[in-house]
Amino acid sequence: MSSMTGMRDHVTAMATQPAVLGAAAILLALVVVAAAAPWFAPSDPSDLASLDLFDSHLPPSWLNGGDARYLLGTDSQGADLLSLLMYGLRTSLTVGLLAVALSVTIGLLLGLIAGYARGWADTLIMRAADIQFTFPAMLLALLIGGLARSMLPVNQQEEAAFFIVVLALGISHWPHFARLVRAAVISEAGKNYVMASRLSGRGHAGILFRHIMPNSLNPVFVLATMDIAFAIMTEATLSFLGFGMPASQPSLGTLIRVGYGYLFSGEWWIVAFPSLVLVTLVVSVNVVGDWLRDRLDPKLR
Amino acid sequence: MNPVYFARRVGHAVLVVFIVSLIAFQLGEVIGDPVTAILGLDAPASAREALREQMGLDQPWPVRYLAFIGDALQGEFGMSYRAQRPVADIIVERIPATVELAISALILSLWIGIPLGVVAAIWRESCWASALMTGSVVGVSLPTFVVGIMLIFVFSVQLGMLPSFGRGQTVAIGAWQTGLLTASGLAALIMPAISLAISQVALVARLVRAEMLEVLRMDYIRFARARGIRDRVVHFRHALRNTLLPIITVSGIQIGYLIAFAVVVEQVFQWPGLGTMFLAALTESDIPVITAFLMLIACLFAGINLIVDMLYALADPRVRLAEG
Repeated sequence: MSSMTGMRDHVTAMATQPAVLGAAAILLALVVVAAAAPWFAPSDPSDLASLDLFDSHLPPSWLNGGDARYLLGTDSQGADLLSLLMYGLRTSLTVGLLAVALSVTIGLLLGLIAGYARGWADTLIMRAADIQFTFPAMLLALLIGGLARSMLPVNQQEEAAFFIVVLALGISHWPHFARLVRAAVISEAGKNYVMASRLSGRGHAGILFRHIMPNSLNPVFVLATMDIAFAIMTEATLSFLGFGMPASQPSLGTLIRVGYGYLFSGEWWIVAFPSLVLVTLVVSVNVVGDWLRDRLDPKLR
Repeated sequence: MNPVYFARRVGHAVLVVFIVSLIAFQLGEVIGDPVTAILGLDAPASAREALREQMGLDQPWPVRYLAFIGDALQGEFGMSYRAQRPVADIIVERIPATVELAISALILSLWIGIPLGVVAAIWRESCWASALMTGSVVGVSLPTFVVGIMLIFVFSVQLGMLPSFGRGQTVAIGAWQTGLLTASGLAALIMPAISLAISQVALVARLVRAEMLEVLRMDYIRFARARGIRDRVVHFRHALRNTLLPIITVSGIQIGYLIAFAVVVEQVFQWPGLGTMFLAALTESDIPVITAFLMLIACLFAGINLIVDMLYALADPRVRLAEG
């Protein structure tokens, strides 16, 4: 992915697989919708003054009792579901991407140190990773998120929710990256060009960041793509359980949690549309991620 | 078994439990003050001081940590702030629900996942195999709670066939309350077990397929075919048997995942297990319950990992020789 020709090769190769192409197109569309939400959403759900309780509990516009102003219907507050979805998608994607960025940063740094320094630093870092690997990442994220929340006073929990979720997801997944980077660093460090660079008098930091790191990034890139699906899904799970994003700043998971309460009164749309968007998003990330993995790094298969 | 390998794995398990116990112990120190939790905010200072001394909170922390471990070893985690009952009683009461749910889901995922994986590997060029692989991507991408909500919508709200919450009627066998012996208990188990199993089915099928394809390429399979042994015997007696090793590992990891995601499923179906207990405790900062749950989970996962490593070493001598 380093040069434009490389990029074009990938696009050409993608065109031969309709399912992957379709998933990539859907993913792109979702990202555009999320990015453009403030400009294209019919209304701003955080603007409470615009809500009208007379418009609450409306079904999608094509159903009996629907209203043309609200394409996908409204929730219990009278908020436009389509707008809620666009903003929710934006929140889900933002949290997911930042969480992966955090995992990659922690994992890359610790992996580089462990693989290059070896010795006690290596032992310490990898032992910590092993201990974390004993527990499923989802459970860890829930524990970190839930416990961090309960350490804060109630009035600060909503404001801090965003950071807590990113932190919980980021911490819960760094060992995957650290292991990958460490292995890549160890195999690179033994190669002749590193030896040559060392003999020519380059310092450790120079060798590590200018030579070894760039050559260890490919598998990290692949894993990071796959990890976005995990992060989005885990964030949704945390929010669904009530330990993620608050209702004042809803992600797709929060919308599903709120909508679940109305399922039994037959108002299926409040929970169905966020679920559909979430599943579509995760499936398309997974399909594109699988394909990237097969192309860039057959070893990971 | 190689004693060095064995000692290292046991050492790892002990280390995991030790570190979690430090965290769990520290939680009680950081979150909330037990004296306030018990006596309330406006208790007089003298009463606070007396309780503090009585609970041993005036001791230095290594002493308190050792006391904590001593209590934990006897299953003594104090009283739940909210329920005002011993935490150990609550946990013992809730274990059967979670265990029955997780084991049903495990059986379901192996029972469906293994045959699907075998079929996809044997007829790998067929349209069934590619449909299965596509389906498995969707399967791993379906969040557990979304599956649960979909099932509830169809089978509870629309068709009114299955209960959407609770465990139904239970029967006591000694201290164990089982839901497996009554019609309403079984009906209540169906949807939670399926929700929990779905993503695991996809994972098992993918893994079995990958392993099976690997094995089918081996020389001994080609020799077996050359000797004129029937396909069915080659596939099931020669090939499938040699894919069982990774399945052992995965089943272990799977039990872990099932227990983690049981927390989610229990919340969707209001299943009265450890998961709903833990989430309620987390919401209300019920520290003794959270602490006990952490210790239980640590022992469980450390134990599962240890057993998987042991089985793996027994089944494949290369593992224990390489590490020892």
